Amino acid sequence: MSIKISIDHKDHIKGNKNAQLEIVEFGDYQCPYCAAAHPIVHDILHFFGNQVKFAFRNFPLAKIHAYAHPAALAAEAAALQGMFWEMHDAIFDNQGSLSGDLFLQIAAKLELDHERFINDLHLDNLAQKIEDDFETGMRSGVNGTPTFFVDGEKFHGDATDLFELLKENFK
Amino acid sequence: MLKKNDIAPAFNLYATPDQKIKLNNFTGQNIVLAFYPADWSLICSDQMALYNEMLKYFKEYDAQLLGISVDSKWCHLAFSQSRNLHFPLLSDFEPKGEVAKKYGVYNEDKGVAERALFVINKQGIIEWSYLSPMAVNPGADGILETLESISLKSI
Repeated sequence: MSIKISIDHKDHIKGNKNAQLEIVEFGDYQCPYCAAAHPIVHDILHFFGNQVKFAFRNFPLAKIHAYAHPAALAAEAAALQGMFWEMHDAIFDNQGSLSGDLFLQIAAKLELDHERFINDLHLDNLAQKIEDDFETGMRSGVNGTPTFFVDGEKFHGDATDLFELLKENFK
Repeated sequence: MLKKNDIAPAFNLYATPDQKIKLNNFTGQNIVLAFYPADWSLICSDQMALYNEMLKYFKEYDAQLLGISVDSKWCHLAFSQSRNLHFPLLSDFEPKGEVAKKYGVYNEDKGVAERALFVINKQGIIEWSYLSPMAVNPGADGILETLESISLKSI
């Protein structure tokens, strides 16, 4: 089952934008399996360096994870000030203590413009971006979080399995 | 297992401790009937929790989602409350698995329904069915593609 939309300009991209190898993660900031995958994804990006480009898309299971959607908004709002990955990392690193206040504390630590950050959390187009991410995932066969796609193909396994597969095939 | 163009067998099952649901309660709507083995699977990959997030998309295609397993109505109630589910879970409990058997998706060995999806159109005809390996949550892409093709046909 292949992904309906490959990495594009709306995505937050890490690594080399021109790399051949393309990894997309659909994740939920309150999902413990996503938090567990987070350092492994970091290792993958470190290991493959400029051979890989990585994008994270939102797949919040908002009805079971009360902070999944607010956290996604916080990351998207931080992105408007160029700090998506910093907020993304900090949320996963502090998953045990998610709260509205936590996002503000992280924003302050990242020295984001406080007022702008607060206002941006309510922007319709941020909510729409999250919804678009979710819909893309849903139509591409995402069946839980995290789900990874490698070069547009759904990967059946967790982040550790993914790292192993990539090491075998791309080094 | 029933396939495309088969007539969807009728059922009348408990959805709450005191309310039963029949297939023909939904005449004029498409139905997504999702058989699954049991309540209480892992939360982030739980099929019902996933579909719960997608209700608004199903609704766009005029589709009602119904989950169905052999769990009792009391088990469904607790599961539904715990996962904050906003669609009915049908209890195929007595006689056990009767409806799953009619749809050809009862696993005699394990004594539960298979993980199987049926999309039933407004005329009560099966438009699509899919059997997933029991341990694999099938996601929703096949359901949405089918609903989309139904809505295109009816234009």
